[in-house]
Amino acid sequence: MSETLPATGLLAASWLLIALPLAGAAVLLLGGRRTDRWGHLLGTGTVVAAFVLGLACTVQLAGVDGRSVDVDLFTFIQTGSLDVGAGLLFDPLSAVFVLLITGVGALIHVYSIGYMAHDPARRRFFAYLDLFVAAMLLLVLGNSYVALYVGWEGVGLASYLLIAFWYTRPAAATAAKKAFVMNRVGDVGLALAVFVMFAQLGTTSYAGVLGNVGLLAGGTVTALGLLLLLGACGKSGQFPLQAWLPDAMEGPTPVSALIHAATMVTAGVYLIARSAPIFDASPSARTVVLVVGAITLMIGAIAGCAQDDIKKVLAYSTVSQIGYMFLAVGLGPVGYVAGLAHLLTHGFFKAGLFLGAGSVMHGMGDQTDMRRYGGLAGKMKTTFVTFGLGYLALIGFPLLSGYWTKDAIIEAAFDRGGVSGWLLGGVAVLGAGLTAFYMTRLMLLTFFGRPRWDDGVHPHESPGVMTVPMVVLAVGSVAAGFLLVEVFPLADWLAPVFGEPAEAAAHAIPPLLVSVLVSLVVLLGAVVAWLFVGRREVPVTAPARVSPVVRAARHAIYADAVNESLLMRPGMWLTRALVFVDNRGVDGVVNGTAAALGGSSSRLGRAQTGFVRSYALGMLGGAVLVAGALVAVTAG
Amino acid sequence: MSDFPWLLAMIVVPAAGAAVVAALPRGRDLLAKQVALGVSLLVFLLAVLATVAFDTGGPRFQLTTSVSWIADFGVSFALGVDGIALVMLLLIGLLVPVVLVASWADTMPAHRSMRSYVAWLLLLEAMMVGVFAATDVFLFYVFFEAMLVPMYFLIGSYGGPRRQYAAMKFFLYSLVGGLVMLASVIGLYVVSNSQLGQGTFAFDALRQLDIDPGVQKLLFIGFFVAFAIKAPLVPFHTWLPDSGAEAPIGGAVLLVGVLDKVGTFGFLRYCLPLFPDASRDLAPWILVLAVIGVLYAALLAMGQSDMKRLVSYTSIAHFGFIALGIFAFTTEAATGAVLYMVSHGIATGLLFLVIGMLIARGGSRHIRDYGGVAAKAPLLAGVFLIAGLASLSLPGTSSFVSELLVLIGAFPTRPVFTILATTGIILAALYILIMYQRTMHGPPRGVLLADDEPAAAVPAGTSGGATAVMDAPARTRSLRVQDLSRRELAVVAPLVALIVALGVYPQPLIDLVRPAVAATMDDVGSDPGGITPTHPGSEGTN
Repeated sequence: MSETLPATGLLAASWLLIALPLAGAAVLLLGGRRTDRWGHLLGTGTVVAAFVLGLACTVQLAGVDGRSVDVDLFTFIQTGSLDVGAGLLFDPLSAVFVLLITGVGALIHVYSIGYMAHDPARRRFFAYLDLFVAAMLLLVLGNSYVALYVGWEGVGLASYLLIAFWYTRPAAATAAKKAFVMNRVGDVGLALAVFVMFAQLGTTSYAGVLGNVGLLAGGTVTALGLLLLLGACGKSGQFPLQAWLPDAMEGPTPVSALIHAATMVTAGVYLIARSAPIFDASPSARTVVLVVGAITLMIGAIAGCAQDDIKKVLAYSTVSQIGYMFLAVGLGPVGYVAGLAHLLTHGFFKAGLFLGAGSVMHGMGDQTDMRRYGGLAGKMKTTFVTFGLGYLALIGFPLLSGYWTKDAIIEAAFDRGGVSGWLLGGVAVLGAGLTAFYMTRLMLLTFFGRPRWDDGVHPHESPGVMTVPMVVLAVGSVAAGFLLVEVFPLADWLAPVFGEPAEAAAHAIPPLLVSVLVSLVVLLGAVVAWLFVGRREVPVTAPARVSPVVRAARHAIYADAVNESLLMRPGMWLTRALVFVDNRGVDGVVNGTAAALGGSSSRLGRAQTGFVRSYALGMLGGAVLVAGALVAVTAG
Repeated sequence: MSDFPWLLAMIVVPAAGAAVVAALPRGRDLLAKQVALGVSLLVFLLAVLATVAFDTGGPRFQLTTSVSWIADFGVSFALGVDGIALVMLLLIGLLVPVVLVASWADTMPAHRSMRSYVAWLLLLEAMMVGVFAATDVFLFYVFFEAMLVPMYFLIGSYGGPRRQYAAMKFFLYSLVGGLVMLASVIGLYVVSNSQLGQGTFAFDALRQLDIDPGVQKLLFIGFFVAFAIKAPLVPFHTWLPDSGAEAPIGGAVLLVGVLDKVGTFGFLRYCLPLFPDASRDLAPWILVLAVIGVLYAALLAMGQSDMKRLVSYTSIAHFGFIALGIFAFTTEAATGAVLYMVSHGIATGLLFLVIGMLIARGGSRHIRDYGGVAAKAPLLAGVFLIAGLASLSLPGTSSFVSELLVLIGAFPTRPVFTILATTGIILAALYILIMYQRTMHGPPRGVLLADDEPAAAVPAGTSGGATAVMDAPARTRSLRVQDLSRRELAVVAPLVALIVALGVYPQPLIDLVRPAVAATMDDVGSDPGGITPTHPGSEGTN
């Protein structure tokens, strides 16, 4: 890591990045109905202001020697040898995230003004959204693992509140609880990692921990890596903690776009990239990251192929794409920049796809079943074009964003060499084909074919306040990959964090060949999708008689069933058994002893109450006497 | 000003207030409440001024008052506080007026008056101040027993349907603990008599004794049992769910929020400094109980249908965390334990209060009788959520700071126990969010539903935007429930503000208790300077 300087100028005020949206949330929540009329404007304004400030800070950072500054705020917790400061670290890595969070966040705020226009609780929505932005900025700006943890659970809270935004719907309330609890499982890992850092190195700051990884024993480093990975899996919906993310689609669609696609769920990738020195020092931990990424990218892609709910397809796609990012950062130094580049382009096109899905739902009476769509291309032209560009970017259409960033990951996987390199590369290519399949299927079901709309539905284009953010994100979907790879190389910008980009070593397969191979597989996936749904009449209800493979894909490889039978049911039995034991056993022994001494326990309950009462009064009398004696003694 | 007998005043004022209120003529309930509130606010002011007069750099015990009492036995009426006792006095001073305002509109059981209820509350306050302020072990014992009396009557006379059973159970458990402790108190006197040539109960003198390890163990167990019943550790816990459930809300807040903390306070004040060898020898066993408590009580909390019982079980789990923090013998963890005592008092107090407000509307303590309350009472639901989040130690609340300190401080010396306890944060999320979802979320349901309004409007927040797919409840009936009143807001606002303030900036509170914690760690033979990391000299810039 390069030398960190104290912040000056605008960077010294970078705490305002967090404070602005936080203040917005506080005003909206405490202000009550008085703020109903302008609350959404305040909520949006604070995030736009944070984006402008973030941009200015980043520009200033570019001119700072070493491109890393520290903002010391106040002492958070100091006792014994533990000293946790509240402070921020503004470096190229956090800057990239600040721009993503506030930039995409501002666009989605604007979109939400239209999307939530008729919801009576719109003010509450913007308050929670602001709360999320503040917590997410703390997560990426904090200069210690404790600060990260505070933001980490803070975004978990915001996610809970927003998934359960329409809380009268039992499914939404349950999904929110599931998300929070599964995240907490991951949080245990993150918390234990923090404890290990303090026990070993006496500090939890990035500077203190990451600068001293060399002092730690090999086993300790691996343990740290695995604990951090557990935390990352919870937040990012990675195997085996992926089951909450598709359910989180119960939240309003802008929430799915911002939190459950573009930003919060990528926090796990941030955590691993931020902890690069730990993972660099432990090949075993890196291997587990790779395996988790590869498994998850396949689970997500397979499940995405069999969903009929447009948001569920996109959700499983997110699970799968974050699997790509984990795969990338698991490759170590060669993969960090590739993973983060894909994270950024994914932020653009997936947010755009979700906003497009929201626009479709808006025009279709909140229908989410794609079997009830069809032929919308002509009715919603802006949505169709922007969504189509996002689609092309996601499947890796040549020269669009996904082409640059996903192909880089696939190349890096092959470059790992050996059997594992071929295996990982093969999985990544196969995943690309599946991605093309499920996304083409989604496009065909939604925008092409014969209309299969419900009665009384009149599809219409969404208002400008919604389509403008979609257009901006579509432009990003087209251009971001090219810009980040060729024009303003992300690798150079992040060099102070991950080191100078290595000269291209000998590739296992020439990059051009990888591109051609991937493009062919993608084309194959798209053609198969067309053969399945584009060419044939689509039934309005999903066929019940399907092959075991399709059934497994519909149930996302039975993740919920496994969780239920392994954890939830045994847990409920255990709880019931313990309640019985505590009431009959532990308490029974005590009551029974008392009963054995004094007859039946019910007699004890009645007869001896009078006794206890008089005893209590006797004690009170005694205490009064003692007090009187005391006064007498003192006076005398 | 430092000569002013702050602590004595904090005992005398509420005791006198109790006498005045009790002497009021029958039927003057409003006046009784007003007098009691005034008295309790005065006590709070005294606690704040005492804190101002307290010098964190000064001697261990300050604001001392000492009067020889039973000279023949070396008993003196000696009061004084260290930082730990002082924050407990602040907590008492805060919670009693809050409880009084919260109980303002309570209906009393037949033949019981508000006047007598508030009189017992004030008497309880006086006794609780005494138990934390005593620096003479015999005086401590007297207050320890005496505070049972007002609490017994608060539960047994003003509580729920099974109040007499619960009160008796509370009393018998506490009495047994107290008697065992009395034996140890007398034992201490005997030891001091043989070592110093003159028996004493003064804490500072007893701390200097060099007690034979075997004797230490016996005396330790006497104190430990009393304290483990009071701040219930499994398996001494079964009285608390009954008392917590049957006590009137005000009594439950003070019982779980303050009175039970005498147990954990006793561990720190008496067990560790007086019996350091025994504490070290027996710590593994106590930690086993603590960690079992964390997990067992959390699982039990999930299985409860009665919200007050549920919160009582969560408290048993929290006491397990506090015991872990104390018996890990590190400055960091013990600081966390003290902060935990404070933040648990505030957070669980708030949780009890808001559940009481819900029960006042629905008339039932059972989760199954509620549903969808958030739609009609968003403020109540919001406060419920904040209290719940504080209970599951979400960052940004005071409980997070204390739980983090306990766990991060206990991990270096007790990694296995700490890892097990850390999994308790998952269970905490479950028991809070399950209760919250069932009562606050979902369609309107349960006792709050108005039967006689068949075609009422769909609950607020269910139309427009992308919400039209929302499943309407089978029959659209509306909830008959009012949101929080101004009085109720005044009750919860200071607690919510403190939870957040201490969660964001806890350092002033840490600075207040740190010297006392360090001294206690020194007594028990740990490095008061805190943990030495495995790789020292590697401290980062932070």
